[in-house]
Amino acid sequence: MTAAPLNMLVLPFAAIGRSLIGLLAAIGRVARFTGLTISRGLTPPYYPARFAEQIAHIGWFSLPVVGLTAVFTGAALAQQIFTAGSRFSAQSTVPAVVVIGIVRELGPVLVGLMVAGRVSSAMAAEIGTMRVTEQLDALATLRTDAYRYLMAPRLFAAILSLPLMVLVANAIGIFGGWLLAVQKLGFNSANYLNVTRRFVSWDDFQMALVKAAVFGFFIALMGCYHGYRAGGGAAGVGNATRTAVVSAFMLILGSNFLITAMVFG
Amino acid sequence: MAEAKIVLDGLSKSFAGRAVLDGVNLTVEKGESLAIIGQSGSGKSVTLKCILGLLQPDSGSILLDGEEIVGAKGARLERIRAKFGMLFQGSALFDSMPIWRNVTFALTHGQRIDGARMRKIAEENLERVGLPARILDLRPSELSGGMQKRVALARAIAPRPEIIFFDEPTTGLDPIRADVINDLIVSLVDDLGITALTITHDMASARKIAHRVAMLYEGKIIWRGPRDRLYDSGNPYVDQFVQGRAEGPIQ
Repeated sequence: MTAAPLNMLVLPFAAIGRSLIGLLAAIGRVARFTGLTISRGLTPPYYPARFAEQIAHIGWFSLPVVGLTAVFTGAALAQQIFTAGSRFSAQSTVPAVVVIGIVRELGPVLVGLMVAGRVSSAMAAEIGTMRVTEQLDALATLRTDAYRYLMAPRLFAAILSLPLMVLVANAIGIFGGWLLAVQKLGFNSANYLNVTRRFVSWDDFQMALVKAAVFGFFIALMGCYHGYRAGGGAAGVGNATRTAVVSAFMLILGSNFLITAMVFG
Repeated sequence: MAEAKIVLDGLSKSFAGRAVLDGVNLTVEKGESLAIIGQSGSGKSVTLKCILGLLQPDSGSILLDGEEIVGAKGARLERIRAKFGMLFQGSALFDSMPIWRNVTFALTHGQRIDGARMRKIAEENLERVGLPARILDLRPSELSGGMQKRVALARAIAPRPEIIFFDEPTTGLDPIRADVINDLIVSLVDDLGITALTITHDMASARKIAHRVAMLYEGKIIWRGPRDRLYDSGNPYVDQFVQGRAEGPIQ
């Protein structure tokens, strides 16, 4: 008699417990994967050619898409601030808000999301395909460590490239705001740049670079980790790719909030 | 009595509670070619992966040249793996690099070193498997399945391993290309004195390349014998398998 109602009570807790244990196990696996990638990556043999190749893939070839994102966002931001500011005659805040908004938040986050879409997916698909076609097993039988050869160059290249790309994106985003303000909203170019210069702070740039490095870490880690654990043929690779992008997005947005809250909180 | 190269003793491995290997006992002698036959999912690949250290067996022992290799790690595992070459079922060539880098991968470990010498070595090993030097700079995806298999074979023999594992070497090839691979395996074993362990369900291939055949069924070796006895083994399971009948003790 009492078994059924008791079950009804316990079931939700069991479900919560199961997902909690699953989450902890996943965190453990990711932590182990990260530790192995970093520790093996820091010991020889090194793969400088692989590293350079990844810098090109992650950084250089992402520049067009990052540049376009930044210029449009900078211009749209300037227009919004102008329109909203005119209601209480605060149009002059455009350059200040554009520079702060781009450098502190939009630059790093948009670069992070764009590159995650481009790179986490590509990494997960490539390494996942290597997994399901036994290329990862072949690497091991040819006595080459997958962490050193595949994972570490990607992880280190992403941590290094993202800050550089955020610098470029910040400059282009500020340029986008300036272009719209001067060409469409009738701002004086010299004045605009003066205000911009006054509101650019080294601290903001530092925070942007730290965010970018953290995002780069998550982008490569999620791409490599989910690719490495892919299984079950083409569908498995598809799953790995999707999970890699979604989890990279979540980690980028979550860590962005945490860093912002820590610095300004 | 020939020298034992690999000795499996009571090898067991389960996945999610299902025993895939359930006490496998098998000896491979030095310089012999042994084929393991058995149904898909009977644990043939798992056996190879346990020997290579890609999977950890739950229990049992694996002796290589008299040395216990279960649980080997780090430098010792690397040294053990140096004795092995493996031909994967789907060839498992690295599609991001040209053929010659693939063939010499075991020598360079993926480093971009010694270009000229490595091309020469790649050329020699391709010649051994009957492939022309003009494919050196092609990518694996530009070759047919049969040629990919031969490139993979060249890659496996390039470091001159003592033992080569062949995972379904003829699967997915037409009968003529399959026989080319069979001939290559026979000549490698004879000319290079390599010990070969092949897993297959292609009976024509097993009869051609193996000196001895063992059958794996439900995680155990249920029969072993010389290849001539394959068709009169007196074992109903082996009979059903080699004749490909749907009716019999194997369901």
